[in-house]
Amino acid sequence: MKYFHLIWAALMRRKTRTIFTMLSVLAAFLLFGLLNSVRVAFTSGSKSVAGVDRLVVTSRYSIIQGLPQSLQAQIANIPGVKLVDHANWFGGIYQDPKNFVLSFSVGPHYLDLFPEIELPDAQRKAFDADRTGAVVGEALAERYHWKIGDKIPLQSTIFPQKNGDKTWPFEIVGIFKEGKNGANGLDQVFFFHWKYFDEANAFNGHDVGWYVLRLDDPKQADRVAHAVDALSANSDHETRTQTESAFNASFAKQIGDIGLIVGAIMAAVFFTLILLTGNTMAQAVRERIPELAVLKTLGFTGRGVLALVLGESVLLLLIGGVIGMALAAVVAPGVSKGSGGMVQLPPVGAGNWLQGIIVMLVIGVLVGLLPAMRAMRLRIVDALAGR
Amino acid sequence: MNAAVEAVQNNNQPLVQIRNLSKVYERGKQKLEVLHHIDLDIARGDFFALMGPSGSGKTTLLNMIGGLDSPTDGSLSVDGKRIDKMGEGQLARWRAGNVGFVFQFYNLMPALSAQKNVELPLLLTRLSGAQRRKNASIALQLVGLSDRASHKPSELSGGQQQRVAIARAIVSDPTLLVCDEPTGDLDRQSAEEVLTLLQRLNREHGKTIVMVTHDPKAAEYASHTLHLDKGTLVEQQRVV
Repeated sequence: MKYFHLIWAALMRRKTRTIFTMLSVLAAFLLFGLLNSVRVAFTSGSKSVAGVDRLVVTSRYSIIQGLPQSLQAQIANIPGVKLVDHANWFGGIYQDPKNFVLSFSVGPHYLDLFPEIELPDAQRKAFDADRTGAVVGEALAERYHWKIGDKIPLQSTIFPQKNGDKTWPFEIVGIFKEGKNGANGLDQVFFFHWKYFDEANAFNGHDVGWYVLRLDDPKQADRVAHAVDALSANSDHETRTQTESAFNASFAKQIGDIGLIVGAIMAAVFFTLILLTGNTMAQAVRERIPELAVLKTLGFTGRGVLALVLGESVLLLLIGGVIGMALAAVVAPGVSKGSGGMVQLPPVGAGNWLQGIIVMLVIGVLVGLLPAMRAMRLRIVDALAGR
Repeated sequence: MNAAVEAVQNNNQPLVQIRNLSKVYERGKQKLEVLHHIDLDIARGDFFALMGPSGSGKTTLLNMIGGLDSPTDGSLSVDGKRIDKMGEGQLARWRAGNVGFVFQFYNLMPALSAQKNVELPLLLTRLSGAQRRKNASIALQLVGLSDRASHKPSELSGGQQQRVAIARAIVSDPTLLVCDEPTGDLDRQSAEEVLTLLQRLNREHGKTIVMVTHDPKAAEYASHTLHLDKGTLVEQQRVV
């Protein structure tokens, strides 16, 4: 710490340049903070199901390929399965194409699979009793100022009714909250009856999109997942049983490999950052060659000077990076809220911070290394003579 | 050897002992002999002025004495230690404890205050922060700049900057001060102040000083004058 003022003074020797470089570091780590958890979420989708108490069963080949209803009873009979029900993608639009509503038709017990959905009993009863009834998350209701009793027409992007009309009428009969343990953005979702959807839609295939099942014991997750997939092995509807996060990831992969895209963006950002800060450090050291020579004259060893320059580059990265990630921690919930749930950015957690700090240290050392080695190797008499 | 006996012998020995010292620089295929077979003794408490025309090897010799450069041939001992045999790291540590440097263009850290500049050599010691500040204050007081401790170099005149540099050179109480044209960038009055200060450090504090200068008036402050020409010691005078 006794050398800190020396490192700080070197860093602040050209304030404007340092501040602009720090701003670029800040911007890079703001992006890192916002996107890294998205990348992790989308690249960890294929992890083991062990230890989870809820599983999703989809077609093994594509989630747009349906599964037979008959599978539900078979899944329910597997020991360890507490409850199973089905759902289907709807893809609703409210009034304007930009107002996308995350909507699903669901089986009668689907909501029971999600204890984090807090729906008053009376509203739940009303939902069960009303064929065209719908229950919506609180955030979604707030977004469109919906209230119980409102008649809501949703247009489906995929499914027309039998009469060819793509507009489906619903009545809001319940508004639910997502409980404390919920982190799935459920309060942005619109649920309605699969039965209504199945009877009225023009395709009428009677297939379901996916099954969700709850387990008696999370320790049994691996065994149950294998048992479920074994039911359809070698059939024309082979299944893949996975965690919800893996399911969400594969859902998003219909658009593209989000993890890869986000990873590529971050790699490009950091590559640019390395060039930029590397150039700044090289310039800063080149300007200070006589000063570094004086330090060596006074008795600082080559390694000591190397450490001072590396300390400077690491400090530059740490200050900009930590501010950037702190901003991301503040901004992420705001983006999620401000977009009305359309963009769900995971919070910047401890894992992200740890990864961020490691990236800062690595880039700091990387960009400081060449100038630091130059400083370490400089010959005092040549440097003092301006050679 | 008994430590006390060694101390007595060291005190009787010249502080700087140079024997048959040569320095050859290689610039590509060309070899340039800058110093030829120099023999020189500098006693403890001496104030030597090194004079000579440009390119005569004064600064090269000074750099050797200060441990900034190594001879190609010959031996160089300071306070009984063969510094020509030392490696780079060893030499750095030796400089930190034994030599103070004063340069023509002061070479202060522009971003640090006078006080922090003077504290720099003490960062390499085990002294506490408080002790470092105290020692630096004493050194600044000695050069008459206590009231400028918080000023940055850009806020000081040339003469004041050179006095801060002298404070930095003496703060770790080195045996030897090497000064390369310390008045070369100063007006006459500031130069006289700096030279008087160096003379006081020599006479009152017993510092051994080796100073390179072009200026005969500056050399008058020294106790000995050496003349170098084309890398050879041509004349040694004792100033009365």
